[in-house]
Amino acid sequence: MSLSNVFNIAGSAMSAQTVRLNTVSSNLANAESVSSSEGTTYKALKPVFQVQAPSEEQMLNGNISSMAGQGVTVKGIVKSDAPLRMVFEPNHPMADENGYVYYPNVNVVEEMADMISASRSFQINTEVLNTAKQMLQKTLTLGR
Amino acid sequence: MPINFDRALGIHDDALLLRTRRAEVLANNIANADTPNYKARDIDFSAVLSGQVDDMNLNQAVTSNGHMNQLLEPSLGEDLVYRKTLQPSIDGNTVDLQTEMAQYTDNAIRFQGSFELLNSRFTGLAKAIKGE
Repeated sequence: MSLSNVFNIAGSAMSAQTVRLNTVSSNLANAESVSSSEGTTYKALKPVFQVQAPSEEQMLNGNISSMAGQGVTVKGIVKSDAPLRMVFEPNHPMADENGYVYYPNVNVVEEMADMISASRSFQINTEVLNTAKQMLQKTLTLGR
Repeated sequence: MPINFDRALGIHDDALLLRTRRAEVLANNIANADTPNYKARDIDFSAVLSGQVDDMNLNQAVTSNGHMNQLLEPSLGEDLVYRKTLQPSIDGNTVDLQTEMAQYTDNAIRFQGSFELLNSRFTGLAKAIKGE
């Protein structure tokens, strides 16, 4: 039954969006984590989404329902390569020998937009799941 | 007169099957709304269904009593088409969430419609069997 596949698809999207929300919260929490060198400074984390391709087994079996796709998966989490914010604060305890403090390359406005987008996507996928559930429940009453 | 289930149920069981498959394709679009370079897809429902009607009119040669003259399975993979983009996006994604959600809901309502029709066929058959 392909309706149960909708559960997997919407579920994969919900877990992917949760990963995205996790990275956003991590970025926001560390937005002001200063450091005294470039290497040790926190860098913004970004998840990379990818279409979940059908497995080889499914391709060989010619499973029709798998051709519609299997949802989304998080391929990995990358560190942003945007330049770090260097601030001249000679009196800061974390300042290096030239008086600079390194701030993370987290763009708070961008993260907030990302957070709203992730929560909306999560919401819409629960809606999809709910509708699929209703359709499946309806099918179970066939012939009554 | 033997009861032919395919004839008794008409097109509704195939329509129901196609609706569930379309729900899957649309759910996949919605799931990949944030995936870079993902292209939204859909089933051309009327084209597939008209193909079904053609199949129904196509009478297969029956050379043995065991042969069944039934509808052909709609193969999904060939019927998937890419959706036309309304707006370009930087990441190459062509999913428009509003369109997909509207289509998905529309599909669910039509599923209910097909279901009711199919259900009434079954209750009709049951009534005929009981002879009420």
